[in-house]
Amino acid sequence: MGRLNVTLCGIELDNPVIPASGTFGFGYEFADYYDINELGTFSFKGTTALPRFGNPTPRIAETPSGMLNAVGLQNPGVDRVIAEELPKMKRVFSKPVMTNVSGFSVGEYVEVVEKLDGEEAVGWFEVNISCPNVHGGGMSFGTDPKAAAEVTRAVRKATKKPIILKLSPNVTDVTEIARAVESAGADGVSLINTLLGMRIDLARKRPLLANTTGGLSGPAVFPVALRMVYQTAKAVKIPVVGMGGVGRAEDVIEMMLAGATAVEVGAANLVDPYACRDIIRDLPGVMDKYGIENLQDIIGGAIQ
Amino acid sequence: MKQTVLTVQKNLPLTGSVREMTLSGDLSAVTRPGQFVNLKLDGFYLRRPISVCDKDGDALTLIYKVVGDGTRAMADYGQGKEIDCLVGLGNGYDTALSGDAPLLVGGGVGVPPLYWLAKTLIAEGKRVTAILGFNTADEVFYENEFRTLGAKVIVTTVDGSYGQKGFVTNALAGLDYTYVYTCGPEPMLRALYRATTLDGQYSFERRMGCGFGACMGCTCKTVAGNKRICREGPVLKRGEILWED
Repeated sequence: MGRLNVTLCGIELDNPVIPASGTFGFGYEFADYYDINELGTFSFKGTTALPRFGNPTPRIAETPSGMLNAVGLQNPGVDRVIAEELPKMKRVFSKPVMTNVSGFSVGEYVEVVEKLDGEEAVGWFEVNISCPNVHGGGMSFGTDPKAAAEVTRAVRKATKKPIILKLSPNVTDVTEIARAVESAGADGVSLINTLLGMRIDLARKRPLLANTTGGLSGPAVFPVALRMVYQTAKAVKIPVVGMGGVGRAEDVIEMMLAGATAVEVGAANLVDPYACRDIIRDLPGVMDKYGIENLQDIIGGAIQ
Repeated sequence: MKQTVLTVQKNLPLTGSVREMTLSGDLSAVTRPGQFVNLKLDGFYLRRPISVCDKDGDALTLIYKVVGDGTRAMADYGQGKEIDCLVGLGNGYDTALSGDAPLLVGGGVGVPPLYWLAKTLIAEGKRVTAILGFNTADEVFYENEFRTLGAKVIVTTVDGSYGQKGFVTNALAGLDYTYVYTCGPEPMLRALYRATTLDGQYSFERRMGCGFGACMGCTCKTVAGNKRICREGPVLKRGEILWED
């Protein structure tokens, strides 16, 4: 194994850097900018059973050191993802992909997972129970341990592939949800999804986002995300994928020291399309600087 | 799309709140009028999308209105300031469809992208008429620049303090044109769409996250399905437009 390699739920990654769902489409558009096979993997655009337009615009607002989004799971639906998006993805990406799925009922999660399960490109399922921008689904599963466990059990029966539950930070105790999904059969957890926030347009004296609220991401959330990754890594035995405000190689190493096995990068891709490529290229130099031989060895190294 | 560093050459006021910035650098990815660039400003997380007003060799002209903290910071950028830019974003206008007498209609800071378009159409031997709409006389800019290109120029102001009084649509009567190119506030685009039946291309504005198609922040519904204003836009053909209520 190389210095950057890590193993996530039994699948080896060339490096721990993973563009986060919703910031990287189905990958092929970034392949115009660089060879996306340089990535560990990427988490593709959250897929639901039916096509979704998402929320009205404006869907984006800037914040100090970050941004709000209320896209609302725009995607073409699982059938078109399989028929149109995955073939385009496979032309430019040859590694197992992290397959992000969402739903508005337990049955919908199962339906989407069952349809995608036969796709050879699918490495892991990342089960999003934490989208703050949709109503009647999404985050409501991720803020209640019983509902989170129910989704996990149902998805567990639908696939033998690793399932990673994507958790919401909008809870009092994230470790309670993490333990619930671990007990229900999750192979891993990823966190944090975005933090619920809002801005007001002073000129109109109305919420800036058409959805009123949105999810905060970017460097502003990094310390919160790091704390939650640390707490979760202490609380569960399954791997933790850390994310939230990661923008540089140093952040990746902090996340791993806090207990992350791999690290997702979200908002940074939207500011700089080369962000993940540059983080991966910078990692060896930063590891040298801090006397780190292999990344796999530092996972959870700061936990006390 | 290309990521590149552009250097500020000039950054001067055109009116009280509108400024003209000239930058130099590698503009090889800027291929069509109507495209935009996305600027990384110091201290701001998201980039600022600004439409291309003109490209002349390695010189890029941007015209922007100071409306918020980002553009206010941009106004202070002096000669030699280097800006990390994504250039060549968006589809831009297609000049092949114009016929021999295209009409260009711009409103406020929707005027700038029509400048390079006018220049291109005139170089292609077309007879260009431009209606430039503003609120008041002190907001008017680029009238002479369009005239110098060889375009027939009509300026309208809402309060009548300069040029023809009224909206851009009040200036349509009696004009002879083959096709419409427009950019401006959405109410203006909608009024123009209703006031003419000729085919054309309409450039839209949306708040954007990334500007290159990754975040789905600027999606709109069209006759031809969902389109990202930053990627399949900002220019939509008349027949594609679905007006939202």
